[in-house]
Amino acid sequence: MNKKRALNFEKGLPVLASLVSIMLGLFFGFIVMLVSNPSQVLVGFKTILTGGFYGGARGFGQVLYYAAPLLMTGLSVGFAFKTGLFNIGASGQFIMGAFGAVYVGVKWTFLPEGVHWIAATLAAMLLGGLCALLPGVLKAYLNVNEVVSCIMMNYIAIYLVNQLVLKTVYDKLKNQSLPVSRSAQLPKMGLDVLFPGSSANAGIIIAIAIAVVIHIVLNKTTFGYELKACGFNAHASKYSGINIKLNIVSSMVISGVLAGLGGAILYLAETGKHIVVQDVIPAEGFSGISIALLALSNPLGIIFVAIFIAYITVGGFQLQMFNYPTQVVDMIISAIIYFSAFAMAIRILVSYIKKRRDMAKMEEGAKSK
Amino acid sequence: MNTVFFLFQQTMYFFIPLLIVALAGMFSERGGVVNIALEGTMIIGALTGILLINIAGDSMSGQGLLLLALLVAGLTGLVFSLLLGYAAINLKANQIIVGTALNLLSPAVSIFVARIFFGVQQITFSNTFRIESVPILGDIPILGPMLFQNAYLTTYIGILIFVISWVLLSRTRFGLRLRACGEHPQAADSVGINVYRMRYAGVLLSGFLGGIGGLVFVIPTSTSFNASVSGYGFLALAVLIFGQWKPGKIFFAALFFAVTKMLASAYSGIPVINQLPISNNVYKMIPYILTLIALAFASKRSQAPKAAGQPYNPGGR
Repeated sequence: MNKKRALNFEKGLPVLASLVSIMLGLFFGFIVMLVSNPSQVLVGFKTILTGGFYGGARGFGQVLYYAAPLLMTGLSVGFAFKTGLFNIGASGQFIMGAFGAVYVGVKWTFLPEGVHWIAATLAAMLLGGLCALLPGVLKAYLNVNEVVSCIMMNYIAIYLVNQLVLKTVYDKLKNQSLPVSRSAQLPKMGLDVLFPGSSANAGIIIAIAIAVVIHIVLNKTTFGYELKACGFNAHASKYSGINIKLNIVSSMVISGVLAGLGGAILYLAETGKHIVVQDVIPAEGFSGISIALLALSNPLGIIFVAIFIAYITVGGFQLQMFNYPTQVVDMIISAIIYFSAFAMAIRILVSYIKKRRDMAKMEEGAKSK
Repeated sequence: MNTVFFLFQQTMYFFIPLLIVALAGMFSERGGVVNIALEGTMIIGALTGILLINIAGDSMSGQGLLLLALLVAGLTGLVFSLLLGYAAINLKANQIIVGTALNLLSPAVSIFVARIFFGVQQITFSNTFRIESVPILGDIPILGPMLFQNAYLTTYIGILIFVISWVLLSRTRFGLRLRACGEHPQAADSVGINVYRMRYAGVLLSGFLGGIGGLVFVIPTSTSFNASVSGYGFLALAVLIFGQWKPGKIFFAALFFAVTKMLASAYSGIPVINQLPISNNVYKMIPYILTLIALAFASKRSQAPKAAGQPYNPGGR
């Protein structure tokens, strides 16, 4: 009985730690707002906390709409983390995927409705995966640090996408990609009924389903076990007969596919999102790093963290009404991540102390016998 | 000939900040703390430096103001890096997580501050720092136009920082101890080196140089600061790894990247290349592609500090 409770306590600890970091981060945001503009702090802070529900169901639909691409980049980075790789290139894979989706969405209008959006999504996954293939191969066969090659790939991807957009699907007047055809837009799958007036679409359903699949692959299959084993100890894995080179490549490619799908989800929404031709690396990949870290790379945790981040971001949009820059929300998120690093350290300390106490108890027990 | 001088001067604008910031990363990582927050450190340093130039620009100008701004930028970076140091060294937190948080925090703070003070995101400044020609040295044939005309004081400061860093890391007792803490902290501890203190020294040096590097990047290339250093912190991280964590190699890695970057940005000024039917975006890609290729050849034997990224645990082996 006692043992069971202790086990639950240990399982609940990460969640508790994350909740404490969120509280501390929000408190930090409150202080910042209090210092910068004391007169509006209460109403402003309330907006951050409840703004995601602004307009009821419609507001939460918006949250889900914003959460879907972040959920995918979070999964991308988290999956790579689980296998011991740091995919800082999710941004590049994301924008490559976005191009694939937009290209098929604009050009392949011969495809029938119902197939078109699926083809566009698959194209995004393909390009995202290809974009991650190179860092994977370089890492596996030539020992190139994946952090550097991914940083390089981010820039290569953004310039390549700019060039490809210019050559294929360019809207000269607006300096951006042409709108995707109606049949390439993601279906609503009933979310327009559930959250009337919002932009929520199949993206969030796909993203959550993929998160569950990734969870199953990582925890219930041999393939996932091998990938994780490489992350824990590459030498031991090699010794036990796992092909670590192949594992590194496949793990990077899967990670890229996930980020590419994120690009499709954002750019195939009916909200009319376009690829703007500019030399800016999309922020979604970096948000993915934050989300994966905050969720400790747990795929199911990433679902909740992505929705949470989207929730306070949507709340933050309305901060300008009260003369606060929307960056307050970014500051809160960064503080949460910072404190979560503390929380992990404290957790390790707690389990260390517990272990020592158990050891001492066992020794005592042995003596009394 | 004038084209060559111009290209050389252009190269310096890319080279010097990369060099300084990669060296910043070197001090931290050779001491055993991975500093992925270089980008954030650059931004926060540039922010305070530019703020100072904006505010004090009425009463001061020229090299005195620049030196003061560099000092302020460096000190800001140093204070900012305490956030990394405290979490990574005292609390043994995951260094990647902390670095990511700081990278997110810094641009947010920067925009926030600019909005609160000026109402807009961009902070403008007047650039009074360009040196037309250094007295005497600027008149030397060939070398003069290359190094001592249309130059910034920051170029010479960057070279000075390189020389000092190289000597400090490879030729002094401090450098040896710092490297020991990054390779095998327990062994360092066993001979009486205070690992915590050495790691703090590495991180603080890193913050100081990172802050300076941010300002050095912004000043010659722009007249306003928009809460961004265009990913140079991440590029510096790449240069650091490409340079195998060694000052000499970092110098050449940064130079290699700067030259390709210069060619990419200044190609339209070079007559022969200008006429080729290649688009702008392809040129922009070239530095990154070349770096990838160079890495593919250079990475077989990685010489990363063995204990980088691992919190120091006195009970470990």
